[in-house]
Amino acid sequence: MKELARSVARTSQPTALVITIRPPSGWAPLDLREFAGAHELLYFLVLRSLKLRYKQTALGAAWALLQPLLTMAVFTLVFGRLARLGSDGLPYPVFALAALVPWTYFANALTQASNSLVDQQQLLTKVYFPRLLLPLAAVISGVVDLAISFALLLVVLAWYDLATSLRLLAAPGFVLLAAASAFAPGMWLAALNVRYRDVRYVIPFLVQIWLFATPVAYSSGLVPERWRPLYQLNPIASVVDGFRWMVAPDAPWPGRGLAISVAAVAVLLTTGLYFFRRVERSFADVV
Amino acid sequence: MSGYAVRIEHLGKRYRVERTRGRRTLQEELADLVSAPFRRRASPHGPGGDGTVWALRDVSLEVQRGEVVGIIGGNGAGKSTLLKILSRIVAPTEGLARIEGRVGSLLEAGTGFHSELTGRENVYMSGAILGMRKAEIDRKFDEIVAFAGVGPFLDTPVKRYSSGMQVRLAFAVAAHLEPEVLIVDEVLAVGDAEFQRKCLGRMQDVSRGDGRTVLFVSHNMDAVQRLCTRAVLLEHGRAISQGATASVVAQYLARAQTPSSAGAWIDLSSVERTGSGIARTVRARYWSAPDTAGGRPFPDGPLTVNLAIEAAAPCTLASLAVTLYDLQGTKLVNADTISIGRSLRLQPGEHEITLRISELHLQPGVYLMGFWLAGPLGAVHDYVLSGFEIEVVAHQAQGLGRAPGDDGLVTCRLELLDPD
Repeated sequence: MKELARSVARTSQPTALVITIRPPSGWAPLDLREFAGAHELLYFLVLRSLKLRYKQTALGAAWALLQPLLTMAVFTLVFGRLARLGSDGLPYPVFALAALVPWTYFANALTQASNSLVDQQQLLTKVYFPRLLLPLAAVISGVVDLAISFALLLVVLAWYDLATSLRLLAAPGFVLLAAASAFAPGMWLAALNVRYRDVRYVIPFLVQIWLFATPVAYSSGLVPERWRPLYQLNPIASVVDGFRWMVAPDAPWPGRGLAISVAAVAVLLTTGLYFFRRVERSFADVV
Repeated sequence: MSGYAVRIEHLGKRYRVERTRGRRTLQEELADLVSAPFRRRASPHGPGGDGTVWALRDVSLEVQRGEVVGIIGGNGAGKSTLLKILSRIVAPTEGLARIEGRVGSLLEAGTGFHSELTGRENVYMSGAILGMRKAEIDRKFDEIVAFAGVGPFLDTPVKRYSSGMQVRLAFAVAAHLEPEVLIVDEVLAVGDAEFQRKCLGRMQDVSRGDGRTVLFVSHNMDAVQRLCTRAVLLEHGRAISQGATASVVAQYLARAQTPSSAGAWIDLSSVERTGSGIARTVRARYWSAPDTAGGRPFPDGPLTVNLAIEAAAPCTLASLAVTLYDLQGTKLVNADTISIGRSLRLQPGEHEITLRISELHLQPGVYLMGFWLAGPLGAVHDYVLSGFEIEVVAHQAQGLGRAPGDDGLVTCRLELLDPD
């Protein structure tokens, strides 16, 4: 296991950096100063991934609308009409879309973050930069699609003559939790993917299972009360409940669930950061 | 604060051989985990039976601020590993390196380029990845575009550029990096001659004018001699010599034991070839005048080629040729017996045949040697496009030396005639 042990210290000359390169040793926290200094590169990486996506796809940004819209149609047909699942008093399409907006973002961001290092291995082996920027850029660039699909949600709300409330102002908070929920496991998987290419094949499967563990097609009210805390360890479940709370006037505030989810994300994020730091120095050797 | 820009102490890098290009799957890893207790423990020292190899070992080096140091050595000597460690792309296994100042490393042309993006977008992307700030790129943007000469195509996707244009743009970005310590791998090997000269000039300005430190890896001894004040010779991962460029380069040339060193037989039995096989060139050796440059060919010097030809049946060789190509594959010299009207009758068995080119008008550099054997009616018996590389070396150290490929492909005898 290798680990980036480098120190950036100021010496007598105020602008002089001293970089010390030594063999990896043990666990180290993230070099926040270096990370903060790379915000411009992060911006360019996000910009690049957006430009590439919109240049390489025929429908471009339309996919941000089509993906949740088509899934909504299928879910409405299968779960709403055929299975007649309850929808917490909302029209089923609205009920599904409110969940699909954050879920689609989460699933795409997780997938792209997990593959970010392997897909850009030519960068890993040719230039140094904080490696964490790649999964982070993948998670951030998805927010643009999320914003587009969120606008779609507002249109659908208006279509069904549903009142919008001030609760919608909580959206940025839920988006942040969704981003962290994708980034934390994404960081783990991205690092593992470098060493074990199996991860690439595990991800679609993982996302599929995760969908069933998340109240997208059904209401989280169906989960038995005693299993709730365990269920809420899945952070995206709370994000989905949060989105439903924003659009359904009588939906309960998912307070306890959120607390559990935030704690789960925090643990995954912290351990992920340490793990990533520990293995990132060997990426170029292994990839 | 010390005057050193780079200080390397006992740096070493060990690779596990079976993992260096490893696509490890979980299954292999689990299998390893199970078998691990039964395997011999990896010895902490040296290469050998433990499946590890030291790509770099015990390298110490001090580079003063403003120095340009050339790192030379054969393939696999550890040059790129050293640069990758200093660029922080890979971590060392042992030792320590301290670098004072911002580091910029250029291990490849076009890092961060994407063919779908436009020239303008790629300049920003590549600049940012190489460590430039946006404001810095903004400031230098016009200069970069002018240097690359791609002005009219700035908003065209790079995939529509010619490969030359892509390379020029990529270099232009890199050439405008202004770190205190610049690390450059063999990137000048591509690009046309004029652009290479521009890049070398730019690197010279950077080091001389602005007092920046440059670490430069190259196989191009001319470029090393022109740019570097000091050189380090690596062999099998160890720094076996360092000092004044001229003497280290001379030492390198003297010990270079590539498959094609002058005077030694080179086995051609396994090279790719076409032809009937009735006659085949199985071995070859070459040398120049024996007393100069260890027998290696030099510009305007003689070149003698000795061929061992194996005939499977009696045959006549109307055309027996030794051909020299540059590394781009341009045929430069075709020394063919048909042009001097000589043919050879061969009985079955092995024959040694000697060809002599009395003056080889090639510039210093690396060339490919190929062979051709054909019968009187044009039946091709043996065609080896590229048998091995041969190096034409600069005979005398000529001050700055000649620019690579810059003084024309071939040499000529030149006199300045007195007036009247």
